[in-house]
Amino acid sequence: MAEISIANISKSFAGTIILEGVSLDVANGEFLTLVGPSGCGKSTLLRIIAGLEHQDSGTIAIAGSSVDMKAPKARDLSMVFQSYALYPYMTVEENISLPLTMRRMGTLQRLPLLGGLLPGAGAIRREIAVEARQVAESLGIAHLLSRRPGQLSGGQRQRVALARAMVRQPQAFLMDEPLSNLDAKMRVKARAEISEMHRRLQATFIYVTHDQIEAMTMSDRVAVMMHGRLLQVDPPQRIYDEPKTLEVARFIGTPEINVLPGTVRHDGAIEVFDKIWPVVVDAGRHAPVSVAVRPEVWEVAQQPGEGSLLTGTVRHIELLGSETLLHVSFAGSAASVVARVEPTVATRYRLGSPIHLAVDPARILVFTENGKRAATLTRSVPSQVRNLHG
Amino acid sequence: MRTSIAAALFRHLILATGAVLMVLPFVLMVSISLKTEGEIYHPQFSLLPTSPDGIENYVAAFAMQPLWRYLLNGVLVCVGIFLAQALFALPCAYALAKLRWPGRNLTMAFVLLGLLIPPQVPAVPVYIMLWKFGLLDSYAALILPSAISVFGIFLMRQFFRTVPDDLISAARMDGLSEVAIVWRIMLPTAIPGLIAFGILSVVGHWNDFFWPLIAIQTPELATPALGVMFFVTAEAGTNFGRLMAAATVVNAPLVIAFLIAQRWFIDGLTMSSMK
Ligand SMILES: Nc1ncnc2c1ncn2[C@@H]1O[C@H](COP(=O)(O)OP(=O)(O)O)[C@@H](O)[C@H]1O
Ligand SMILES: [Mg+2]
Repeated sequence: MAEISIANISKSFAGTIILEGVSLDVANGEFLTLVGPSGCGKSTLLRIIAGLEHQDSGTIAIAGSSVDMKAPKARDLSMVFQSYALYPYMTVEENISLPLTMRRMGTLQRLPLLGGLLPGAGAIRREIAVEARQVAESLGIAHLLSRRPGQLSGGQRQRVALARAMVRQPQAFLMDEPLSNLDAKMRVKARAEISEMHRRLQATFIYVTHDQIEAMTMSDRVAVMMHGRLLQVDPPQRIYDEPKTLEVARFIGTPEINVLPGTVRHDGAIEVFDKIWPVVVDAGRHAPVSVAVRPEVWEVAQQPGEGSLLTGTVRHIELLGSETLLHVSFAGSAASVVARVEPTVATRYRLGSPIHLAVDPARILVFTENGKRAATLTRSVPSQVRNLHG
Repeated sequence: MRTSIAAALFRHLILATGAVLMVLPFVLMVSISLKTEGEIYHPQFSLLPTSPDGIENYVAAFAMQPLWRYLLNGVLVCVGIFLAQALFALPCAYALAKLRWPGRNLTMAFVLLGLLIPPQVPAVPVYIMLWKFGLLDSYAALILPSAISVFGIFLMRQFFRTVPDDLISAARMDGLSEVAIVWRIMLPTAIPGLIAFGILSVVGHWNDFFWPLIAIQTPELATPALGVMFFVTAEAGTNFGRLMAAATVVNAPLVIAFLIAQRWFIDGLTMSSMK
């Protein structure tokens, strides 16, 4: 159990910069998720923490002391790989017990036949077998101990990989997309199991994924990574509600956040499609901005009302059962938005129906041209908006 | 329908011709080894011996020369060479397939170059080296020059390249040393290849005539292929019956070993087709 401190890590492969000054402190017992699109350098960072790859600059410290000079096995971390990386020619039991045999038994004691004759070897082996069985039982794979990985289903292999990581009770767990080879149903189940495992072990977890749903559902904190940089590190809800950049806002949340082109007027109000929106922003005047609204934030109406901001046409309806997505397009613009509504509300609309959209002003996000969240965001009630207009 | 039968017939005819041409020398060898001198020079050729007296050849072959000794030498030398080759090839192949180090590509180029050089080319310098070390006419002279096989390195590297990198990373996390990774993680994936290579290596060195001929003077150190030739140079002239009996005895272990191991042999050499 230990905190992990990542300070200013940079790494290039053959002249291509993969990681650029990544700094991050993971608290003892924290579940931190590193999320970002494929190829952004997540696995590379994880492998540097594990000691499987060497950083060009920067420092990794575990439990307060630098491990930069330590080999992977000396760092006392466990890693679960996307491909599970089970040893194909060993049984499940041998796979799970290997980390313990390597640590507790000497080279001679490990020898197949001769080793058994050495004093103590038998006792250690029995002890290891007991521990391996306990871990296997806790993951419900005790009946598979004598099988080979090739004879297991994807879900079973994933558990064996978890068991192998758990068995030696490491300082921290590193997981590299451990669920991405499972089918959708198994994945939901495995998510819950890994969260449960974290609660039970109270160990530090660094969990890598490109799937923002995994990031949102499992983590204490989420670190969003793109192009080798950390863009934001915050608890999941905060990342969702208060993204610091447009890239983060777009990456987190499905369906993707709606982004409309706007401009800042002379008085700081935002104008979208020739209409004044109920937000005032402290950003450069007359500058183009991106106005972003989460799909569930839209309030839809069949008739134009007090706060209506957009008028469009329903172009596509997606039924998801618990909710319905209405895709709305606007005359004279290529932009379109998605509104997430209750199925009972959705039944009022057909393809081609006119639709009016309003928004709680507190939940409008504005990003400047360079993608940064606009510095200050003041809210104004609709009556003030009319004043501004007049 | 008819054309396909004709095509199949044609195919089989060609293959059968090839097979007969391949097997014929061996059939003749066994046939002659079982005939008496009179039968061998009889104007009427027959494949099967007409009398059981031909068995004499085998008795005489074992009596005239220490055939058992030659077979034992063959086993010692072939096993020694194969073990040495595996001992060098596996770590080399691991380094070439999975480790990143400066000069790796250049080294690999040398390995490929080594594949192109026939063993007769460096024979003279190797001979001189062994002479300088005083190792000529010994088992070492038979084993050392073949202890490193570039073909073995190349073949094992091709196997090791198919091992996922994650497996090696996992092994490092689990506390295996690089040496342990070679023997416990990499080797098991390459067993079929190693067996195939072993068969090629053993057959090659069992049948090798050229190198033992120049490296060995003492008859007691002769390998099977060299030993058989002692029947030719024996003072009584060439007795074909005994020569062929000796040749049959010398070939038998290989044929038996191959029959036992042929499944692995074929697996090992067709590995590229199984991903
Ligand atoms: N050993 C390596 N040699 C060269 N390039 C590499 C190596 N490992 C990773 N890369 C490159 O680094 C980039 C980031 O890879 P990775 O960390 O695996 O991304 P992620 O896990 O976020 O998908 C990729 O473009 C990949 O091609
Ligand atoms: Mg990755």
